[in-house]
Amino acid sequence: MIAAVLTTIAVAALAPLLERRLGRRAAPLLALVPAGLFVSLARHVPEVSAGGVRTDSLAWIAELGVSLSFRLDGLSLLMALVVTGVGAVVLLYAGSYMKGHPRRGNLLGYLLAFLAAMLGLVLSDNLLGLFVFWEATSLLSYVLIGFEREKAEVRASALQALLVTGGGGLALLAGFVLLGQAGGSLEIGALAANAEAVKASPLYLPALLLVLLGAFTKSAQVPFHFWLPDAMAAPAPVSTFLHSATMVKAGVFLLARLHPTLGGTPEWTGIVTTVGAATMLTGALLAVGQRDLKRLLAYSTVSALGSLVMLVGVGTPAALAAAMVLLLAHALYKGALFLVAGIVDHETGTRDVASLGGLFRALPVTAVAAAAAAFSMAGLPPLLGFVSKELLYDAALRASPAPLLLVPVAVGSNMLLVAVALSVGWGPFTGRAGETPKAPHEAPAAMWAGPLLLGLGSLAAGLFSGAISPFVSAAAAAALGHPYGVKLEVWHGFNLVLAKSLVTLVVGVALFAARGRIRSLAGRLAPIAAYGPGRLYRAGLAGLVRFAKGTASVLSSGSLRQDLRIVLGATVVLAAPLLLTRAVLGAPDALRSVRPLEAVLAFLVVAGAVATVLAGSRLAAVVALGVTGFGVALLFLVFGAPDLAMTQFAVETLSVLLFVAVLRRLPRLQSRSAPRARAVDALLAGAVGAVMTGLVLAVHAEPLRSRLAPFFRESSLALAKGRNVVNVILVDFRGLDTLGEITVLGVAALGVFSLVRLRLSSRAAAAKGDRP
Amino acid sequence: MRSLILAAATRVVFPLLLLFSVFLLFRGHNEPGGGFVGGLVAATAYALLALTGGVAAARRVLPARPEVLIGTGLLAALASGLVGLAAGRPFMTGLWGDVSLPVVGKPGTPVLFDAGVYLTVLGVVLLILLTLQEEDEA
Repeated sequence: MIAAVLTTIAVAALAPLLERRLGRRAAPLLALVPAGLFVSLARHVPEVSAGGVRTDSLAWIAELGVSLSFRLDGLSLLMALVVTGVGAVVLLYAGSYMKGHPRRGNLLGYLLAFLAAMLGLVLSDNLLGLFVFWEATSLLSYVLIGFEREKAEVRASALQALLVTGGGGLALLAGFVLLGQAGGSLEIGALAANAEAVKASPLYLPALLLVLLGAFTKSAQVPFHFWLPDAMAAPAPVSTFLHSATMVKAGVFLLARLHPTLGGTPEWTGIVTTVGAATMLTGALLAVGQRDLKRLLAYSTVSALGSLVMLVGVGTPAALAAAMVLLLAHALYKGALFLVAGIVDHETGTRDVASLGGLFRALPVTAVAAAAAAFSMAGLPPLLGFVSKELLYDAALRASPAPLLLVPVAVGSNMLLVAVALSVGWGPFTGRAGETPKAPHEAPAAMWAGPLLLGLGSLAAGLFSGAISPFVSAAAAAALGHPYGVKLEVWHGFNLVLAKSLVTLVVGVALFAARGRIRSLAGRLAPIAAYGPGRLYRAGLAGLVRFAKGTASVLSSGSLRQDLRIVLGATVVLAAPLLLTRAVLGAPDALRSVRPLEAVLAFLVVAGAVATVLAGSRLAAVVALGVTGFGVALLFLVFGAPDLAMTQFAVETLSVLLFVAVLRRLPRLQSRSAPRARAVDALLAGAVGAVMTGLVLAVHAEPLRSRLAPFFRESSLALAKGRNVVNVILVDFRGLDTLGEITVLGVAALGVFSLVRLRLSSRAAAAKGDRP
Repeated sequence: MRSLILAAATRVVFPLLLLFSVFLLFRGHNEPGGGFVGGLVAATAYALLALTGGVAAARRVLPARPEVLIGTGLLAALASGLVGLAAGRPFMTGLWGDVSLPVVGKPGTPVLFDAGVYLTVLGVVLLILLTLQEEDEA
């Protein structure tokens, strides 16, 4: 399993190169990678269905308990099959869809990298390992949504998705850490075995809330649902892969994965079920009024994700089994519909459902795929969507807390979704032909093969739902934490659930027939809908930028004198109270032991400082400052710190050289500031000096109790084979710090370089007279 | 404003300073010295040269551009850390050879690290100094 993920990452890195070499043949070739993974994963289905679990582990940061431990059970196998199966279809499709795009190879590479991250996510059995893959999917989704990076609104959508899911990711990390504290392990399997202790821990509620925040943002739950429709700025294959089949399901997957550990409490059931139900209804309500094919699908996806979350929240065996079937059914039909929407957009040049119609004649194969997927989504027997909806209704009916509330919400949402399904998969292909920007032709086989395959998959899985029962049971069992068997059937006999399904269909078809009026109503309601959480996000983001600009303009004014005042003033304000409260001045003691040489050097230092301030020319000031610097260096030497002294000497020498380099270009030294400003500066300087003096004396008054100094003295030669303790600390004990410091140095030097160069080149341009 | 005495003295002092800087680098592990001071001293040598003979003269005797020195230094420091990783130990574990070489002493990854510090410091100081002086000459 580890090898599979790593190989995919490696192939992803090579994808752009491969595309440059092979052109249009690259995508089918690359699609073989997930296809191969799908086949090799599928070979484990019988074993996993029988209750088998495969694990694979590689220590990563053993000290922190981070490992790449993978676990293949029903739940992860189901997700992994969806990821690789849809991934193969999407790669094949993307090669055709992006034909002629200069960065097609990059897109294929990103998609493969995302696939690897997603695979790692669903297979992980270690919380921090899972988190790393989780964040990787967020980052890659940013790149993928923002693929058409030339457009500003695309970049804004990508950033929005990143900030919302990334913010949730931070909460998730904190939640994982708390969970690890509460359960004593970061391995999910170990945590599940320790579930009682976790639930009894005082950390349970904070950990739960943080984990839920992460899962809800990722799976676009209310009130974070707004990023998903906006993410439709992505190319169609990306939307298919990320925003219907895989990434948005990561949150649902995580909830199912942690259900044995965290689930079953009143808090879990209450929050997760409520948020899921609210999302299911909100998504469906917002979906019906949309005109854009992809936004219709996006909002209906929000609704489906809400159903999944609600089912996991209910947490009964029947509910989790329903969630697993819905997860599979949704990946099949929604993946197909997104691909179909991409084909329609590609062939006609529009995604406006109001102007689409009669496409069956031009796109017969696509139409068949669309119809199969739409009927599954609408819940028509014998497709898998019908089976999953029956299970959903059944689970809602038997939910222990509030069936009275959940059943109407579920039925109502699904009525709306029937209308959405028909609007996407039926409406554009039937009726009168609409006016479209392009005359449609059937898409190439590489594009229609995917949706057709997924659409037929919905049919096959529905017809043979009995055959997939053991596998679904294994997935539900993994989410439950104990063995469970469910029998899937298309025909349950005449009962309450069937009656609900029939009512849903009838009302849904009626809503579809009235779609024109619904859309115009939605158009009138649009100003109200604009007051969604998306508005809050935009206001917050704008406010943050304003705050940052305001802070920066105060703290970093661009005037060296002002910046210095702030830094020094802050030092005084922060350090002085501390000094005054612990006024332990050991002055008399320290002063008594001053030797004559030290006194002479100290006088030199002070005299240099005074001379610097009083100097009449810059050169004199530099020389006087040098006296202070060398005096301090000599003091270091006297106190037995030759390394420090030597460095100080070198620094002083170089400072003088640096000053000389820039001195000639500075204006003549003159007093420009008003006496008042000079008085303030003098006061500040005096205060800084007093605080520093106080600090030094206070440090002296404290007895030295450091354990570090003796440790370094003793271990320097023994552990690091060096007698110069200072150097050994720099290059060995604290080598990592030094590495960071020299990196900062290098970056700072490059900054100076580019700033000066920028001025030079603009001056050269000005000299040539071609400045605008 | 060229000073003949300074120019003549620089020609004598320059190689000595460079030699001294390398000496500082290698003895640093046991006696006062090290890569940081060594790099500063070497930078002083080149800075003197730039001051007396112009930036072009300093660049002529510089083995590589300052940017390249910085990159090389950082890579060397990083590589010294990776040696430990390659040997199956944590990143930046100090590893020492058994042979004792003249001048250098025992070869070990901290020596490589210190050499990286030396190159980076030299590159940083020279990049800033030469760029500023060049702007002055332009």
